[in-house]
Amino acid sequence: MVRIIVTIKQVPETSNVKMDKETGTMIREGVVSVINPLDLYAIEAGIEIKELHGGHVTVCTMGPPSAAKALKEAIAMGCDEGVLVSDKKFAGADTWATSYTLGAAIKELGPFDLILAGERATDGDTGQVGPGLAAWLGLPLATYVSKICSLENNQLTVERLVEDGYQVLQLPMPALLTVVKEISNPRLPTLRGKKKARASQLRVLSARDLEVQESHLGLKGSPTKVVKIEYPKVTRGGKMVKASGEEGLHTAVSALFAFLAEKELI
Amino acid sequence: MSYVWTIAEQNKGRLREVSFELLCRGRKLADKMNTKLCSVLLGSNVADDILQELISRGADEVYFIDDPRLASFIVETHSNALSDLIKKYKPHTILAAATSSGRTMMPYVAIQVSTGLTADCTELDIEEGTNYLLQTRPAIGGNIMATIKTPDHSPQMATVRPKSSRPLPLDPTRRGKIVRLPLPDGLYDPRVREVGFRMSHEDSASIEEADIVVAGGKGMKKSDNFAMLRTMARHLGGVVGGTRDAVDRGWLTYPQQIGLSGKTISPKLYVAAGVSGSIQHLAGIKTSEYIVAINQDPEANIFQVADFGIVGNLFEVVPLINARLEAHNKGGK
Repeated sequence: MVRIIVTIKQVPETSNVKMDKETGTMIREGVVSVINPLDLYAIEAGIEIKELHGGHVTVCTMGPPSAAKALKEAIAMGCDEGVLVSDKKFAGADTWATSYTLGAAIKELGPFDLILAGERATDGDTGQVGPGLAAWLGLPLATYVSKICSLENNQLTVERLVEDGYQVLQLPMPALLTVVKEISNPRLPTLRGKKKARASQLRVLSARDLEVQESHLGLKGSPTKVVKIEYPKVTRGGKMVKASGEEGLHTAVSALFAFLAEKELI
Repeated sequence: MSYVWTIAEQNKGRLREVSFELLCRGRKLADKMNTKLCSVLLGSNVADDILQELISRGADEVYFIDDPRLASFIVETHSNALSDLIKKYKPHTILAAATSSGRTMMPYVAIQVSTGLTADCTELDIEEGTNYLLQTRPAIGGNIMATIKTPDHSPQMATVRPKSSRPLPLDPTRRGKIVRLPLPDGLYDPRVREVGFRMSHEDSASIEEADIVVAGGKGMKKSDNFAMLRTMARHLGGVVGGTRDAVDRGWLTYPQQIGLSGKTISPKLYVAAGVSGSIQHLAGIKTSEYIVAINQDPEANIFQVADFGIVGNLFEVVPLINARLEAHNKGGK
């Protein structure tokens, strides 16, 4: 029986987003929210551990009340219960304050064996909350986990994807793993799962329910402050040549070589 | 004035290139504040003449915690060692690499020493008057650039994307202090152990560290066709990567995946063949210095971010490029 907590985040759906050709920036109107795609791998890994070893999967998110939708989706995939950590006081938290608050919420949930998290979220793209959470809770940590090789006698053996290969680590549970895509193939919710999700009651934790210092919460408790946001033009307006016909092909490739030589790339 | 620190990285007794890139960033910040630049290395068995290169490439001092228990990266012990150094020496600013170890250790250390951390910065500066570190980073898939600072907390900490700056030229006349330090008692955390290491097969060798990346997408049509991209990569001295589509179809392995659910890279040259340029893929390549795209569809998104685009059949264009590269490398034109 492995008691698993999966931490997730709701992010803007970007797969169908188009770029505005005039401004060269992303068109954000009509963007819906979804479970962070990398968290789906953590959810699936949690469910697979439960199926293999027996267990219980709690899915937990910090966010506005609307993040309940993400928790219900995770339950529809096969998680057993959902916890929404939500309070106006948590709003605007950076990774330091987010991991602090999530840590306090997890302490409130009672004993557990394993925390799984996506390696990073596709909106903030920091990958800092997982390691931060492990630091707050004093848990053994493995990041970029691509494979759980074994789980027995309270010991985990995992592979983590690093620059030149895979580092194999052994760590005692309870532990925290952040996972990458290679670890699993997320399943789709079943009809039965969706029914279960609709009927399930989410547990909601607010600041009052947690042992936290108010000065550590939300925007006010965040050490980092955003001072400026810019929407960069991503289009580069580079040179484009058409390679059609034998001659066009050679002209195009010659133009490419002139470009590469000019930029000292060859 | 307290120092600017950069965190060097080692692998089997050698320093990773990113150690020198960080020194280039750190040098500018230290000069602006009129303070010293110190490179910190946590590792084992690195010779003095190798450490000397940190001085020759911009550091005034090198602190090296030398202990066999730091030979491979284990976040708990490495973080304990760095946090201890921070508490003792109180640096003003710390820059680490946004690598698998930097992005694991620094958020852990940020909690241990109670300060902020900004991930994956592409620009750094010092604010006039306050001396706060101004940290600029892409977010939402590179569609916004946010500038962040950390007032009221110390040190100021950021991770920096590998390849986003070039090392300073080697200056062998530079002199500096190299300090070897032991790992203090009580900082080794025995809970997590490395029990093995599996090297990636050559093909997927470290696309984050490569100067040139040649990538293929759905337009490559099948696995065998990647041979021509491997040839191009070999001629250019680069490595092969690809889109999520290419990986999901089993044409490449996951370590080669570039984009939001794979790797974010900033090579000198990125060549995309048969890549349409989804928002997710572009997020992984936007900070490349030069982007070359080859695609049949003139409306493909990839052309919007390309510095040089060839609209055409890649199965004609790529072999011709390869033939020309081969001739070029043989000393022809």
